[in-house]
Amino acid sequence: MRSEIETQIRAYVVENFLFGDDDGTLEPETSLLEMGIVDSTGVLELVMYLETEFGIRMADEEIVPENLDSIRAIARYIASKNDAAEAARPAIAVNG
Amino acid sequence: MRLEQTLRISAARNPGKTALVAGDVRLSYADLDALSDRLAGALLRRGIERGDRVVVFTDNRWEAVVAIYAIQKAGAVFSPINPSTKADKLGYVLSNCRARAIVTQTNRLTVVADAAKAAPSLELTISAGDGRETETPGLCRFEDLIVEPGPAPRPEEAGIELDLSMLVYTSGSTGNPKGVMMTHQNVLAASTSIVTYLENTADDIILGVLPISFDYGLYQVLMSVQVGATLVLEKSFAFPYAILKRLAEEKVTGFPLVPTMAAMILQMKDVGPEAFAGLRYITNTAAALPASHIARLRELMPGTIVYSMYGLTECKRCTWLPPEQLDIRPGSVGIAIPGTEAFVVGDDGLPVAPGVTGELVIRGPHVMRGYWENPEATDKALKPGPYPWEKVLYTGDLFRADEDGFLYFVARKDDIIKTRGEKVSPKEVEAVLYAMPGIREAAVIGVPDPILGAAIRAVVVAADGAAFTERDVIRHCARNLEDFMVPKTVEIRDALPKTDSGKINRRLVEQQALEVA
Repeated sequence: MRSEIETQIRAYVVENFLFGDDDGTLEPETSLLEMGIVDSTGVLELVMYLETEFGIRMADEEIVPENLDSIRAIARYIASKNDAAEAARPAIAVNG
Repeated sequence: MRLEQTLRISAARNPGKTALVAGDVRLSYADLDALSDRLAGALLRRGIERGDRVVVFTDNRWEAVVAIYAIQKAGAVFSPINPSTKADKLGYVLSNCRARAIVTQTNRLTVVADAAKAAPSLELTISAGDGRETETPGLCRFEDLIVEPGPAPRPEEAGIELDLSMLVYTSGSTGNPKGVMMTHQNVLAASTSIVTYLENTADDIILGVLPISFDYGLYQVLMSVQVGATLVLEKSFAFPYAILKRLAEEKVTGFPLVPTMAAMILQMKDVGPEAFAGLRYITNTAAALPASHIARLRELMPGTIVYSMYGLTECKRCTWLPPEQLDIRPGSVGIAIPGTEAFVVGDDGLPVAPGVTGELVIRGPHVMRGYWENPEATDKALKPGPYPWEKVLYTGDLFRADEDGFLYFVARKDDIIKTRGEKVSPKEVEAVLYAMPGIREAAVIGVPDPILGAAIRAVVVAADGAAFTERDVIRHCARNLEDFMVPKTVEIRDALPKTDSGKINRRLVEQQALEVA
């Protein structure tokens, strides 16, 4: 599950910040900021993407390097948001 | 006085005081003075001589600050370069100034190695940080050099204040970047003037998130050291919440901004005035803040003084708006900074009446000595002043003054685009576009953007039979240009409008783009 999210995030980062230029050096733990892959406006785009794609709302205090600075960190953060949403859902969920 | 003397004085006055906070590293003035002494000694022992150029190619890290003062102590000239610069351009800069040495960081070593091929003058590469090593000329580790035994440089041997202190490369309308030459006298004249009107003291704690490769970011270091204040250095504003937390934790009193950062703060959902409770002042430069943003910033930071300023690398800072004028003239960038003059002239070089638009001219000890080995560009920017020994700076910016002498920015005379606080030469981006196979014609324009000020757009025409996507164009640019120069959008057209002489008419391209929007 987690690695699925990682794959999806990686594809997004490669497509949007490396413009499809995948030379294989982008590791799950690579610092996106340190390597100049994402800059300040890039973070805004990333947040917008995560909010839309995963149906979450990121509070200001969640927009921090611990949650967003690597593909693994992002995947971990999304998974924790999903877990939290799961826990908050009533026992019998009504979809739609 | 020379720049490195400001550090020696602050260290003698208050050696234990924190000079620099960068991540987990805290350096006192005594530390900064001693570390830069050691690095200067190491530079001299490796053959760096008075007047040699040393490029600083790093992000905002403590080693860069040490390096800047070490280079000055060795009598050499430093040139800060944006860490996102690609090999071709870095190679151009290294060879243009015939750099003897470069201070960089491990994750930029491949770029340096590539760039060094174009720069036979480069003999020494100093690398900070951990990571893999790459084959580069005379590679040394920063951490080894600052523990190397040997004598410290003798202060009197570094030179005098008329010597060149730094070369800051700036985008020119003609394409290749130009090295702005600032002597120690120029730099200290500018920084002294600025700390005077900002009323900086040793009690200030300044938060520097702007790149030190950008003169506004760099001067935060120089000014903080000059007044013996504390500088909190951060690598970027990508995570505003984390930065505002730092601001509160470190009890920051001064926070320099560009309009993009102000827009990002105003976009935050959960931030209130309590976040800025101890903040004495903010400054803004690079481009004017929209009046609506000024109003909202003041709501968010009711106790904080807002300084609106304007400047260009060629003299560092031109004008400042005394804060009490902000409500009276929110659209003005103010008056000349202390100890200098700023006036608007017509095509004949004579001052024009209030309300009349003309070119802004700057006179003062902060005006550069010219562009490095580029007399032609120098003669266009520096023209004879009131005294035979003096030159004044023609800014290339159109301004008007009101009845009371307050200045208002009207437009650039050339096509330079200001995005994210940085200047971008359309020609530089166009040159990269033309190097892409399949592009027959290209024009680069700025389109209004709420966060960036202006966003770069490439408008291109494909050669017969060529097929490429917008993404291909952006990828090509991202490989060859600094981040802020990479087009945000690409428009592929069948043809571009031309002037009578057959040249692409960028203004018309821009008009058409705005009409479509």
